[in-house]
Amino acid sequence: MSDHQHEHDYDHSELSETELRVRALESILTEKGYVDPAALDVLIETYEKKVGPRNGARVVARAWSNPQFKAWLMRDANAAIASVGYAGRQGEHMTVVENTPERHNMVVCTLCSCYPWPVLGLPPVWYKSAPYRSRAVVDPRGVLRDFGVALPAQTEIRVWDSTSEVRYLVLPMRPAGTEGWSEEQLAELVTRDSMIGTGLPKKSDEIAR
Amino acid sequence: MTLDPQAARQAVDAVPDVPRDADGPVFREPWEAHAFAIALALHERGVFTWEEWTQTLAAEIRRAQAAGDPDTGTTYYRHWLAALERIVAEKGVAAAEMQARYRDAWEHACERTPHGKPIELRPGDFGN
Repeated sequence: MSDHQHEHDYDHSELSETELRVRALESILTEKGYVDPAALDVLIETYEKKVGPRNGARVVARAWSNPQFKAWLMRDANAAIASVGYAGRQGEHMTVVENTPERHNMVVCTLCSCYPWPVLGLPPVWYKSAPYRSRAVVDPRGVLRDFGVALPAQTEIRVWDSTSEVRYLVLPMRPAGTEGWSEEQLAELVTRDSMIGTGLPKKSDEIAR
Repeated sequence: MTLDPQAARQAVDAVPDVPRDADGPVFREPWEAHAFAIALALHERGVFTWEEWTQTLAAEIRRAQAAGDPDTGTTYYRHWLAALERIVAEKGVAAAEMQARYRDAWEHACERTPHGKPIELRPGDFGN
Protein backbone atom coordinates (compact mmCIF):
# COMPACT_ATOMS: atom_id res chain seq x y z
CA MET A 1 0.00 0.00 0.00
CA SER A 2 1.51 3.31 -1.01
CA ASP A 3 -0.69 5.44 1.25
CA HIS A 4 1.17 8.16 3.10
CA GLN A 5 4.34 7.64 1.13
CA HIS A 6 4.95 11.39 1.38
CA GLU A 7 4.25 11.44 5.06
CA HIS A 8 7.56 13.04 5.90
CA ASP A 9 7.49 15.84 3.37
CA TYR A 10 5.94 18.80 5.13
CA ASP A 11 6.74 21.36 2.47
CA HIS A 12 3.94 20.31 0.14
CA SER A 13 0.43 18.92 0.41
CA GLU A 14 -0.43 15.34 1.06
CA LEU A 15 -3.05 13.08 -0.45
CA SER A 16 -3.12 9.32 0.01
CA GLU A 17 -3.15 7.03 -3.02
CA THR A 18 -6.85 6.44 -2.41
CA GLU A 19 -7.62 10.15 -2.23
CA LEU A 20 -5.74 10.72 -5.50
CA ARG A 21 -7.89 8.10 -7.23
CA VAL A 22 -11.14 9.53 -5.88
CA ARG A 23 -10.18 13.03 -6.98
CA ALA A 24 -9.18 11.70 -10.41
CA LEU A 25 -12.59 10.06 -10.89
CA GLU A 26 -14.49 13.06 -9.60
CA SER A 27 -12.66 15.50 -11.88
CA ILE A 28 -13.07 13.30 -14.97
CA LEU A 29 -16.78 12.77 -14.31
CA THR A 30 -17.27 16.47 -13.64
CA GLU A 31 -15.55 17.44 -16.90
CA LYS A 32 -17.66 14.96 -18.81
CA GLY A 33 -20.82 16.27 -17.18
CA TYR A 34 -21.73 13.10 -15.30
CA VAL A 35 -21.52 14.63 -11.87
CA ASP A 36 -22.07 18.10 -10.47
CA PRO A 37 -19.55 18.73 -7.69
CA ALA A 38 -21.93 21.15 -5.97
CA ALA A 39 -24.64 18.46 -5.84
CA LEU A 40 -22.09 15.97 -4.47
CA ASP A 41 -21.08 18.48 -1.79
CA VAL A 42 -24.68 19.07 -0.76
CA LEU A 43 -25.33 15.34 -0.43
CA ILE A 44 -22.09 14.76 1.46
CA GLU A 45 -22.87 17.59 3.81
CA THR A 46 -26.05 15.83 4.87
CA TYR A 47 -23.69 13.17 6.30
CA GLU A 48 -21.86 15.74 8.41
CA LYS A 49 -22.45 13.63 11.50
CA LYS A 50 -21.75 10.32 9.81
CA VAL A 51 -18.16 10.84 8.75
CA GLY A 52 -15.15 10.05 10.84
CA PRO A 53 -14.78 9.80 14.60
CA ARG A 54 -15.81 13.46 15.30
CA ASN A 55 -13.56 13.44 18.32
CA GLY A 56 -13.91 17.18 18.78
CA ALA A 57 -17.34 16.84 20.37
CA ARG A 58 -15.96 14.42 22.95
CA VAL A 59 -12.96 16.69 23.56
CA VAL A 60 -15.24 19.66 24.22
CA ALA A 61 -17.56 17.64 26.47
CA ARG A 62 -14.62 16.42 28.54
CA ALA A 63 -13.22 19.95 28.85
CA TRP A 64 -16.64 21.12 30.09
CA SER A 65 -16.81 18.46 32.77
CA ASN A 66 -13.17 18.09 33.81
CA PRO A 67 -11.18 21.23 34.74
CA GLN A 68 -7.87 19.35 34.72
CA PHE A 69 -8.48 18.06 31.21
CA LYS A 70 -9.43 21.57 30.13
CA ALA A 71 -6.21 23.02 31.54
CA TRP A 72 -4.25 20.33 29.68
CA LEU A 73 -6.20 21.01 26.49
CA MET A 74 -5.47 24.73 26.62
CA ARG A 75 -1.79 24.05 27.32
CA ASP A 76 -1.11 21.16 24.92
CA ALA A 77 -4.07 20.55 22.64
CA ASN A 78 -2.38 17.86 20.54
CA ALA A 79 -1.65 15.64 23.52
CA ALA A 80 -5.04 16.22 25.16
CA ILE A 81 -6.92 15.51 21.92
CA ALA A 82 -4.79 12.43 21.24
CA SER A 83 -5.78 11.07 24.65
CA VAL A 84 -9.40 11.00 23.47
CA GLY A 85 -8.38 8.85 20.53
CA TYR A 86 -7.35 11.02 17.63
CA ALA A 87 -3.71 11.11 16.59
CA GLY A 88 -3.45 13.78 13.89
CA ARG A 89 -1.01 13.94 11.07
CA GLN A 90 2.47 14.81 12.16
CA GLY A 91 3.40 18.43 11.78
CA GLU A 92 -0.12 19.59 12.48
CA HIS A 93 -0.47 21.72 15.54
CA MET A 94 -3.89 22.14 17.13
CA THR A 95 -4.63 25.19 19.23
CA VAL A 96 -7.79 25.56 21.30
CA VAL A 97 -9.38 28.98 21.66
CA GLU A 98 -11.95 29.39 24.42
CA ASN A 99 -15.20 31.31 24.13
CA THR A 100 -16.12 33.45 27.13
CA PRO A 101 -18.80 36.05 27.76
CA GLU A 102 -16.16 38.62 26.79
CA ARG A 103 -14.83 36.97 23.64
CA HIS A 104 -16.25 34.80 20.86
CA ASN A 105 -13.83 32.99 18.56
CA MET A 106 -14.40 32.11 14.92
CA VAL A 107 -12.10 30.22 12.55
CA VAL A 108 -11.53 30.59 8.82
CA CYS A 109 -9.63 27.97 6.86
CA THR A 110 -8.52 27.26 3.30
CA LEU A 111 -9.60 23.62 3.55
CA CYS A 112 -6.21 22.34 2.52
CA SER A 113 -5.54 18.61 2.57
CA CYS A 114 -4.90 18.65 6.31
CA TYR A 115 -8.23 20.08 7.49
CA PRO A 116 -8.66 18.32 10.85
CA TRP A 117 -11.82 16.39 9.98
CA PRO A 118 -11.24 13.63 12.56
CA VAL A 119 -11.70 16.34 15.20
CA LEU A 120 -14.18 18.72 13.62
CA GLY A 121 -16.14 16.48 11.28
CA LEU A 122 -16.78 17.45 7.67
CA PRO A 123 -16.23 21.08 6.77
CA PRO A 124 -19.32 22.95 5.56
CA VAL A 125 -19.48 23.59 1.82
CA TRP A 126 -19.50 27.38 2.14
CA TYR A 127 -16.46 27.33 4.38
CA LYS A 128 -13.96 27.43 1.56
CA SER A 129 -15.66 30.19 -0.40
CA ALA A 130 -13.63 33.38 -0.83
CA PRO A 131 -16.62 35.63 0.04
CA TYR A 132 -17.07 33.86 3.37
CA ARG A 133 -13.40 34.16 4.19
CA SER A 134 -13.12 37.84 3.40
CA ARG A 135 -16.42 38.78 5.03
CA ALA A 136 -15.61 36.79 8.16
CA VAL A 137 -12.50 38.91 8.57
CA VAL A 138 -14.14 42.27 7.79
CA ASP A 139 -17.57 41.78 9.33
CA PRO A 140 -17.60 38.78 11.68
CA ARG A 141 -20.64 40.03 13.58
CA GLY A 142 -22.62 40.28 10.35
CA VAL A 143 -21.57 36.76 9.31
CA LEU A 144 -22.66 35.40 12.68
CA ARG A 145 -25.98 37.22 12.40
CA ASP A 146 -26.50 35.50 9.02
CA PHE A 147 -26.01 32.20 10.81
CA GLY A 148 -28.60 33.18 13.38
CA VAL A 149 -26.09 33.86 16.11
CA ALA A 150 -26.68 37.14 17.93
CA LEU A 151 -23.97 37.99 20.45
CA PRO A 152 -24.13 40.75 23.04
CA ALA A 153 -22.63 43.98 21.72
CA GLN A 154 -19.95 43.91 24.40
CA THR A 155 -18.69 40.47 23.30
CA GLU A 156 -15.54 40.90 21.25
CA ILE A 157 -15.27 38.66 18.18
CA ARG A 158 -11.85 37.30 17.33
CA VAL A 159 -11.25 35.68 13.91
CA TRP A 160 -8.49 33.10 13.54
CA ASP A 161 -7.05 32.22 10.15
CA SER A 162 -5.77 28.66 10.00
CA THR A 163 -2.25 28.51 8.67
CA SER A 164 -0.20 25.61 7.42
CA GLU A 165 1.16 25.13 10.92
CA VAL A 166 -1.79 25.82 13.19
CA ARG A 167 -5.35 24.44 13.22
CA TYR A 168 -7.93 25.81 15.60
CA LEU A 169 -10.64 24.23 17.66
CA VAL A 170 -13.11 26.59 19.34
CA LEU A 171 -14.08 25.58 22.86
CA PRO A 172 -17.65 26.89 23.13
CA MET A 173 -19.25 27.90 26.43
CA ARG A 174 -21.08 25.13 28.23
CA PRO A 175 -24.82 25.65 27.83
CA ALA A 176 -26.83 26.55 30.91
CA GLY A 177 -28.95 23.89 32.55
CA THR A 178 -26.54 21.03 31.94
CA GLU A 179 -25.31 20.58 35.49
CA GLY A 180 -24.69 16.94 36.28
CA TRP A 181 -24.81 15.78 32.66
CA SER A 182 -22.50 12.98 31.59
CA GLU A 183 -19.79 13.52 28.98
CA GLU A 184 -21.83 11.51 26.49
CA GLN A 185 -24.87 13.72 27.00
CA LEU A 186 -22.79 16.88 26.79
CA ALA A 187 -21.12 15.69 23.55
CA GLU A 188 -24.58 15.55 21.95
CA LEU A 189 -24.81 19.32 22.37
CA VAL A 190 -21.56 20.02 20.52
CA THR A 191 -22.12 20.83 16.85
CA ARG A 192 -19.51 21.13 14.14
CA ASP A 193 -20.40 24.81 13.74
CA SER A 194 -19.88 25.46 17.44
CA MET A 195 -16.32 24.11 17.13
CA ILE A 196 -15.47 26.48 14.26
CA GLY A 197 -17.27 29.37 15.92
CA THR A 198 -19.99 29.93 13.35
CA GLY A 199 -22.60 28.57 15.71
CA LEU A 200 -23.33 27.88 19.35
CA PRO A 201 -23.83 24.49 21.02
CA LYS A 202 -27.37 23.19 21.21
CA LYS A 203 -29.35 24.25 24.25
CA SER A 204 -30.11 21.75 26.98
CA ASP A 205 -33.75 21.44 25.92
CA GLU A 206 -32.89 20.85 22.26
CA ILE A 207 -31.90 17.22 22.70
CA ALA A 208 -33.71 14.27 24.18
CA ARG A 209 -31.89 13.04 27.23
CA MET B 1 -30.12 15.29 -10.62
CA THR B 2 -31.69 14.40 -7.29
CA LEU B 3 -28.97 13.41 -4.90
CA ASP B 4 -30.63 13.29 -1.53
CA PRO B 5 -30.66 11.20 1.62
CA GLN B 6 -33.69 9.31 0.34
CA ALA B 7 -31.80 8.24 -2.81
CA ALA B 8 -28.89 7.34 -0.55
CA ARG B 9 -31.09 5.13 1.61
CA GLN B 10 -32.45 3.36 -1.48
CA ALA B 11 -28.87 2.71 -2.59
CA VAL B 12 -27.96 1.32 0.81
CA ASP B 13 -30.99 -0.96 0.66
CA ALA B 14 -30.16 -2.10 -2.88
CA VAL B 15 -26.45 -2.75 -2.37
CA PRO B 16 -25.41 -5.39 0.19
CA ASP B 17 -23.18 -4.67 3.20
CA VAL B 18 -22.87 -0.87 2.89
CA PRO B 19 -21.71 0.35 6.34
CA ARG B 20 -24.76 2.04 7.81
CA ASP B 21 -26.81 2.98 10.84
CA ALA B 22 -30.57 3.37 11.18
CA ASP B 23 -30.64 6.54 9.06
CA GLY B 24 -28.40 5.55 6.17
CA PRO B 25 -24.74 5.21 5.25
CA VAL B 26 -21.86 6.02 7.60
CA PHE B 27 -18.28 6.77 6.55
CA ARG B 28 -14.89 6.41 8.19
CA GLU B 29 -13.21 9.08 6.09
CA PRO B 30 -14.38 11.92 3.83
CA TRP B 31 -13.17 10.22 0.63
CA GLU B 32 -15.53 7.33 1.33
CA ALA B 33 -18.46 9.74 1.30
CA HIS B 34 -17.22 11.11 -2.03
CA ALA B 35 -16.92 7.63 -3.53
CA PHE B 36 -20.44 6.84 -2.32
CA ALA B 37 -21.86 10.08 -3.71
CA ILE B 38 -20.18 9.54 -7.09
CA ALA B 39 -21.80 6.11 -7.43
CA LEU B 40 -25.15 7.62 -6.49
CA ALA B 41 -24.74 10.33 -9.13
CA LEU B 42 -23.80 7.84 -11.86
CA HIS B 43 -26.78 5.69 -10.94
CA GLU B 44 -29.09 8.71 -11.10
CA ARG B 45 -27.67 9.47 -14.54
CA GLY B 46 -28.56 5.95 -15.65
CA VAL B 47 -24.96 4.85 -16.20
CA PHE B 48 -25.68 1.62 -14.34
CA THR B 49 -28.42 -0.12 -12.37
CA TRP B 50 -27.94 -1.10 -8.72
CA GLU B 51 -27.99 -4.71 -9.90
CA GLU B 52 -25.05 -4.09 -12.24
CA TRP B 53 -23.29 -2.17 -9.49
CA THR B 54 -23.79 -4.98 -6.99
CA GLN B 55 -22.29 -7.49 -9.42
CA THR B 56 -19.26 -5.30 -10.15
CA LEU B 57 -18.69 -4.61 -6.46
CA ALA B 58 -19.04 -8.30 -5.56
CA ALA B 59 -16.50 -9.20 -8.25
CA GLU B 60 -14.04 -6.65 -6.83
CA ILE B 61 -14.51 -8.00 -3.32
CA ARG B 62 -13.92 -11.58 -4.52
CA ARG B 63 -10.81 -10.49 -6.39
CA ALA B 64 -9.45 -8.65 -3.33
CA GLN B 65 -10.18 -11.59 -1.05
CA ALA B 66 -8.41 -13.96 -3.42
CA ALA B 67 -5.44 -11.58 -3.22
CA GLY B 68 -5.45 -11.76 0.57
CA ASP B 69 -7.70 -8.86 1.67
CA PRO B 70 -8.23 -9.26 5.43
CA ASP B 71 -11.97 -8.58 4.97
CA THR B 72 -12.44 -6.83 8.29
CA GLY B 73 -15.08 -4.50 6.89
CA THR B 74 -12.73 -1.50 7.01
CA THR B 75 -11.72 -2.05 3.39
CA TYR B 76 -15.26 -1.95 2.02
CA TYR B 77 -14.87 1.43 0.35
CA ARG B 78 -11.54 0.47 -1.20
CA HIS B 79 -13.46 -2.21 -3.07
CA TRP B 80 -16.19 0.31 -3.79
CA LEU B 81 -13.63 2.64 -5.39
CA ALA B 82 -12.05 -0.18 -7.43
CA ALA B 83 -15.54 -1.16 -8.64
CA LEU B 84 -16.25 2.46 -9.59
CA GLU B 85 -13.05 2.65 -11.63
CA ARG B 86 -13.90 -0.59 -13.37
CA ILE B 87 -17.53 0.18 -14.19
CA VAL B 88 -16.66 3.67 -15.43
CA ALA B 89 -14.20 2.05 -17.86
CA GLU B 90 -16.56 -0.79 -18.84
CA LYS B 91 -19.40 1.59 -19.57
CA GLY B 92 -17.15 3.61 -21.85
CA VAL B 93 -17.29 6.73 -19.66
CA ALA B 94 -13.54 6.97 -19.08
CA ALA B 95 -10.88 4.41 -19.94
CA ALA B 96 -8.39 3.17 -17.35
CA GLU B 97 -5.60 5.11 -19.11
CA MET B 98 -7.50 8.35 -18.67
CA GLN B 99 -8.12 7.59 -15.01
CA ALA B 100 -4.41 6.92 -14.52
CA ARG B 101 -3.50 10.18 -16.26
CA TYR B 102 -5.79 12.18 -13.98
CA ARG B 103 -4.52 10.38 -10.92
CA ASP B 104 -0.95 11.33 -11.89
CA ALA B 105 -2.04 14.91 -12.55
CA TRP B 106 -3.56 15.13 -9.07
CA GLU B 107 -0.33 13.81 -7.61
CA HIS B 108 1.55 16.52 -9.48
CA ALA B 109 -0.91 19.16 -8.26
CA CYS B 110 -0.43 17.87 -4.73
CA GLU B 111 3.34 18.10 -4.94
CA ARG B 112 3.42 21.66 -6.23
CA THR B 113 0.83 22.91 -3.71
CA PRO B 114 2.39 24.32 -0.56
CA HIS B 115 1.22 22.79 2.69
CA GLY B 116 -1.81 24.73 3.94
CA LYS B 117 -3.26 25.68 0.54
CA PRO B 118 -6.19 23.99 -1.19
CA ILE B 119 -5.16 21.59 -3.95
CA GLU B 120 -6.52 22.42 -7.39
CA LEU B 121 -5.95 20.70 -10.71
CA ARG B 122 -4.48 22.83 -13.52
CA PRO B 123 -3.72 22.03 -17.16
CA GLY B 124 0.01 22.16 -16.38
CA ASP B 125 -0.39 19.17 -14.03
CA PHE B 126 -0.88 16.84 -16.99
CA GLY B 127 2.45 15.48 -18.19
CA ASN B 128 3.13 14.90 -21.86
